[in-house]
Amino acid sequence: MRYLPLTPDDRTAMLAAIGAKSIDDLFVDVPQAARLDGPVDLPRVAGELEVERALSAMAAKNATAGAVPFFCGAGAYKHHVPATVDHVIQRSEFLTSYTPYQPEIAQGTLQYLYEFQTQVANLTGMPVANASLYDGSTAMAEGVLMATRVTRRNKAVISGGVHPHYIKATETVVHAVGVETLALPAAVDGEAAAIDQIGPDTACVVVQTPNVFGTATDVTKIAEAAHAAGALLIVVVTEAVSMGLLKSPGEMGADIVAAEGQSIGNALNFGGPYVGLFATREKLIRQMPGRLTGETVDADGERGFVLTLSTREQHIRRDKATSNICTNSGLCTLAFTIHMSLLGETGLRKLALLNHEKAVATRDALAAIPGVEVLTDRFFNEFAVRLPKNAAEVVDQLAAHHVLAGVPYSRLAPGAGMDDVLLVAATETTLDADIQILAKSLSKVLGA
Amino acid sequence: MSTMNTVGRPTAPNPVQTKPATLTGGRGLLQNEALIFEGDGWGKTGVDLPEPKTDGSDLGDLLRKDPIGLPGLSEPEAMRHYVRLSQKNHAIDLAIYPLGSCTMKHNPRLNEKMARLPGFSDIHPLQPISTVQGALELMDTLAHWLKTLTGMPAVALSPKAGAHGELCGLMAIRAAHEASGQHEKRRKVLVPTSAHGTNPATAAFVGYSVVEVAQTEDGRVDVADLASKLGDDVAAIMVTNPNTCGLFERDILEISRLTHEAGAYFYCDGANFNAIVGRVRPGDLGVDAMHINLHKTFSTPHGGGGPGAGPVVLSEALAPFAPAPWVVHDDGGYRLIEREEDEAEQAFGRLCAFQGQMGMYTRALSYMMSHGADGLRQVAEDAVLNANYIKARLSDLMSAAFPDGPCMHEALFDDEWLKGTDITTLDFAKAMIDEGFHPMTMYFPLVVHGAMLIEPTETESKAELDRFIEAMRALAGAAKAGDVDRFKGAPFHAPLKRLDETRAARSPVLRWTAPEGSNKAA
Repeated sequence: MRYLPLTPDDRTAMLAAIGAKSIDDLFVDVPQAARLDGPVDLPRVAGELEVERALSAMAAKNATAGAVPFFCGAGAYKHHVPATVDHVIQRSEFLTSYTPYQPEIAQGTLQYLYEFQTQVANLTGMPVANASLYDGSTAMAEGVLMATRVTRRNKAVISGGVHPHYIKATETVVHAVGVETLALPAAVDGEAAAIDQIGPDTACVVVQTPNVFGTATDVTKIAEAAHAAGALLIVVVTEAVSMGLLKSPGEMGADIVAAEGQSIGNALNFGGPYVGLFATREKLIRQMPGRLTGETVDADGERGFVLTLSTREQHIRRDKATSNICTNSGLCTLAFTIHMSLLGETGLRKLALLNHEKAVATRDALAAIPGVEVLTDRFFNEFAVRLPKNAAEVVDQLAAHHVLAGVPYSRLAPGAGMDDVLLVAATETTLDADIQILAKSLSKVLGA
Repeated sequence: MSTMNTVGRPTAPNPVQTKPATLTGGRGLLQNEALIFEGDGWGKTGVDLPEPKTDGSDLGDLLRKDPIGLPGLSEPEAMRHYVRLSQKNHAIDLAIYPLGSCTMKHNPRLNEKMARLPGFSDIHPLQPISTVQGALELMDTLAHWLKTLTGMPAVALSPKAGAHGELCGLMAIRAAHEASGQHEKRRKVLVPTSAHGTNPATAAFVGYSVVEVAQTEDGRVDVADLASKLGDDVAAIMVTNPNTCGLFERDILEISRLTHEAGAYFYCDGANFNAIVGRVRPGDLGVDAMHINLHKTFSTPHGGGGPGAGPVVLSEALAPFAPAPWVVHDDGGYRLIEREEDEAEQAFGRLCAFQGQMGMYTRALSYMMSHGADGLRQVAEDAVLNANYIKARLSDLMSAAFPDGPCMHEALFDDEWLKGTDITTLDFAKAMIDEGFHPMTMYFPLVVHGAMLIEPTETESKAELDRFIEAMRALAGAAKAGDVDRFKGAPFHAPLKRLDETRAARSPVLRWTAPEGSNKAA
């Protein structure tokens, strides 16, 4: 029990100081019927070596992205993270600190959150951003809720290009509060279709760009249509690197941006923890969910930073709080902000171009295979293809040959009538050799 | 004349009498650190990347044209920037972090090492199931530990934080009432006045009206008041146990019996599970749903505020309503049920895009396995012992809010003992900073005036507790002796003096913008 510093003698001395005969005296308030006499039926204390062996054995059963030709995306992306990032986030003063409730001894955390907020605002092209939410999907749900508060309307129109899991996560939460959603049928290039569904009761239109099929769209016209009807435009982005190359959501008229920040500084981690980016217009900040860091001064007039606008939150407002969010993705925001600081605008642009370049090369290789139809016209680093066979079966067959070929759309939305659609993503980590192996093995499996 | 320090080494002669301000604003090793936007990083990058072969022109009018406004740092500059920032933070690795209700304990680095095994960190949430069998095994093993420790039959792993877990639990309760046709009439949730703000916020969020339950003089749920409010219009009660006053709800069995008799469900806020883990199973108390903050009980690091993880254990009655995804196990190996339609039509949906906080699952399981069933029982015992030791050693100088009987894992004081000193709980907390300690939780729970909630956790040694206690005693003595100057305006020795939080809220400045006339981007 190497994490427990008290010795038996310490315990005896402390019980004496308390005036208790035994540790059981301190548990007197627990009803007799609810007390456990001994340990539950689980393994006993294990040394570092044992734990390491047990977990390493489990880890060894998984195929890692870095070890095989890898083309999975659909909301989570394999990027290279500079070694500096992981080193810095493991510094004790970052890793083992808490929410910066005492700003005088938490300026490290507060300043990086402030820098993070500025980076996210600039990246998304929005005036303000918060200190992060859990992930992109929960950020989208919070965006819809915020739009209903701002507009006092009750309906969200969701484009057919939005990630099906994002739609599900949003519907689960917003339906609980009585917000209606209209999710349009899945479509590779269906953003404009949302315009026809905007009505006087529409609180917001939700579009994703690049969408789940990879299609990048200028949503300016959708923003105009939404605004003309008094609704807000929520733009969802699942691949943050794309904003280094493409027009920003802010530039296209977004009122709220809900994005996944995993791509910058954070590993795949089998789905989490990730970092939800959330940005909006200045006049809406008091309705914005999540933590915020603000600039102020100390007693000597020195600049400093504090958590602010907590009057929106539940620890003040309780059942009248603007959202149920109680935390942020602190350490993931740190990873994001360090990686972004290392990249700078020059590096981010280059990284984005490399991603695009690799995806175009992958597209070209797959387009040359007889029977493979490329569905996505304009894309960033991900695109959809239609295969002459069931995509999930093809992916499983390729996995058996150590190629992770992408995400079958049916994995996200079974029954959508797209069982033959495969989502393929490439990033700067994709080697030319990986592309060749993918093309060759796909040809073989398709019998082309 | 030179003097000797405590280890017998000479120290500087003639200590300096006055303390002139430095020219740069830095203080010795503690340097003022400009924002990254204020340096010369425009156009700079600290990452070497190959030259792209494309300019992206095939994307035409979709391309961004204007500058984004992101300065870059070379690698050494980045290292220095963040290391300097880190030096302005308190952390559990520096000293006791006695934030009550937040549970700051040692974060073992083995957990970090395990979470970073490529087999866990470098796998995609949508890879073929055949290629992630070990990850699913880990989730299944974690679920087994959580179910066994809580005595509950089911668990939903995906909630991403404690409040998210509350949401999950209440949505399962709502789904159960909908399934039995009782949702229309059961529209109330009973919440004690001492609850975390997240409890009423969650209940309201899920569409319930919140009814407060009174508290007894000894800091517990008033059972008579609860009973009088329970009826067939109540969907659930939400009780934190041990509660936020640091006390075990003695009448918990009666509370759950009354709740179930009224046809309502018992939601337990499990934020304080570390006080009873291995000694009490919430399932034996009649709990229907409880979230477990993995970061609190099982030591996943807080990282300046997150990420957390809030799996929810569920009773037999609520298990069918758990959200997707979940892991199942049969002869063919592990499978992931990703759509509620697939195998359980009653599931209430999905809470986030993927499987939840895998990185936290790994850390929590490492911690659990390291302790084992016997060690986890010791965790609860030591957490409770440490809190009671602090309470016992400070109660003659400070006023314990509930002096009679033991506390659980946290010791609660009020500000009665500061009466007449002109010193507030806030002043006292800020003076602790000067002594090198992170302040305790202030002004929470709200039911106690000027509350000071101290939670040492089980990973503090007796020596560190004694060091903390002696400092608290010295400060309390100074307060009572009228040494007001030590408190008003404190901290004096922190990187910054007291910050103006009102100003920040009144005219919020949430991002850096280029000063007027500057040619800096954005």
